[in-house]
Amino acid sequence: MTIQTQVLVETPENIDLQAVPAGLVPRILAYSIDLIIKVIVQMVLAMVLFFMGLAGMGILLICYFLLEWFYPVFFEMFYGGQTPGKKQLGLVVVHDDLTPIAWGTSIIRNLLRAADSLPLFYFFGLFSMLLTKHFQRLGDLAAGTLVIYQQPEARARQLPEVDAHPPPAALDRDDQIAIIGFTHRHEQISGDRQQELADILAPMLPVEGRHRIAYLHGIGRWLLGGQ
Amino acid sequence: MKQQDFVLANEAQWLELETLLNAVERKPRQAKDYAALPSAYRHVCHHLALAKHRRYSLHLIDRLNRIVVGCHNLLYSDNARFRYRWLRFFMVDFPRALHRNRVYVRWATFLFCAPALVVGLLCFFNPDMVYSVMAGEQVRSLEAMYDPDARVLGRERESDTDLAMFGFYIYNNIGIAFREFAGGIFFGIGTLFFVIYNGIFLGAVFGHLTQMGYSSTLYPFVIGHGAFELTALVLAGAAGLKVGAALVDPGRLTRLAALRAASRDVVPIVLGATAMLLIAAFLEAFWSSKASLPIAVKVAVGFVFWIMVLGYLTFVGRHYRHGP
Repeated sequence: MTIQTQVLVETPENIDLQAVPAGLVPRILAYSIDLIIKVIVQMVLAMVLFFMGLAGMGILLICYFLLEWFYPVFFEMFYGGQTPGKKQLGLVVVHDDLTPIAWGTSIIRNLLRAADSLPLFYFFGLFSMLLTKHFQRLGDLAAGTLVIYQQPEARARQLPEVDAHPPPAALDRDDQIAIIGFTHRHEQISGDRQQELADILAPMLPVEGRHRIAYLHGIGRWLLGGQ
Repeated sequence: MKQQDFVLANEAQWLELETLLNAVERKPRQAKDYAALPSAYRHVCHHLALAKHRRYSLHLIDRLNRIVVGCHNLLYSDNARFRYRWLRFFMVDFPRALHRNRVYVRWATFLFCAPALVVGLLCFFNPDMVYSVMAGEQVRSLEAMYDPDARVLGRERESDTDLAMFGFYIYNNIGIAFREFAGGIFFGIGTLFFVIYNGIFLGAVFGHLTQMGYSSTLYPFVIGHGAFELTALVLAGAAGLKVGAALVDPGRLTRLAALRAASRDVVPIVLGATAMLLIAAFLEAFWSSKASLPIAVKVAVGFVFWIMVLGYLTFVGRHYRHGP
């Protein structure tokens, strides 16, 4: 049995979208951040409205009500599925077909917090997250939502500055992919490790020592279509 | 085709889409003309499939994947740029959801009214009965609130007290309605508990205070906002019952699918009940508490509210009964 939490969704255009659902710990952390924000807001409101007497009491209770039930709905709808806590942890709420969350589903998942938080400290929610494949609490199950990791911003990578040249022998597909990968990752792999990897290919490379790396990069560029 | 040629051939289109996606991400509310989006999206899907098939570099596949995901989200997101949505909600979505789920509305009404009636009569005929429902302290404070001799209601309340009560009713009553709905996920048991408990509590209050002879203060006070508040609590209960029923008897769906379908189906009911409770909180704080108004006016207006609410719930959207 493989333990695979990745979600794959096929769109009508026959493309697989993939996402990784977030587990217990990041979600607890995100929730804690939101909780701290809510408590601070409540304290500030309480201090300000305290001076307004009974009318302030009324406004305070309305604010408590909104914070308790609609704080997450507000951020999920207007800030791309992320409460401040989730944003900090790089999490997003989406539908289980990976489309952005909508009003109806956001309301379901957040009203059902009342059930998730029972009997104490989100016990049912945590229990449900441990039992389900994609770490969904009861609200997520009812709404059909997932909390996934945000796709990291991939920055454009610079290819190494070498001249492209053809490989000394015909390479099969997997070898080509390995060499292209080696070329692409030239900034991420340390120099010594690159040397080690290049030395594996020593018997087939016509150059020596440090030049092997550059030679492999050249093959990579050529395979990518460089002239 | 080598990767670089592939990139060269299509770079312009990708850049255009990336700019578009960035612009949307920064200002999601500013709807632009996306007429070209669907066909551009299909092109990029095709490019992504090709890139995967030809095993182009991971970096390129990542980039195309990001464009595809962005376009997908744009194309398939919930389009809420529609005016008068609230009007449609009250004239179509909410009544339609009610009529679609009338079985649950009836059950919730029964589960709320039957205990209220039974306990109400018990408390009316047996003055000690109320103490088995609530604590003595609570009974005393209720009696003090509605005692005609104490004239608590006879005093004109300060307006800031009204505002405080308004906040309290929102916090408390809408919270109860939300919990009624949420309780449905425990196979309906949570909802059953809240609905029946509310019925018992209400019955006890009415039975006891009527027995005490406080009718002249109690009924004029509650009749106005009661039209909205009591019906809304029943409706929220109906929403919870539907969710519970879907879990107990999912029919031909899996339990999970039935739960999802039921929850989405009753969202309009929960929202409608929330709106009604907002009205109720407003009335309870600013209208019901006005002691300066004659009792006859309050009772008459209360009756009008009841007729309005029941008429709305019964007749609006009635023709959706047999429709989709």
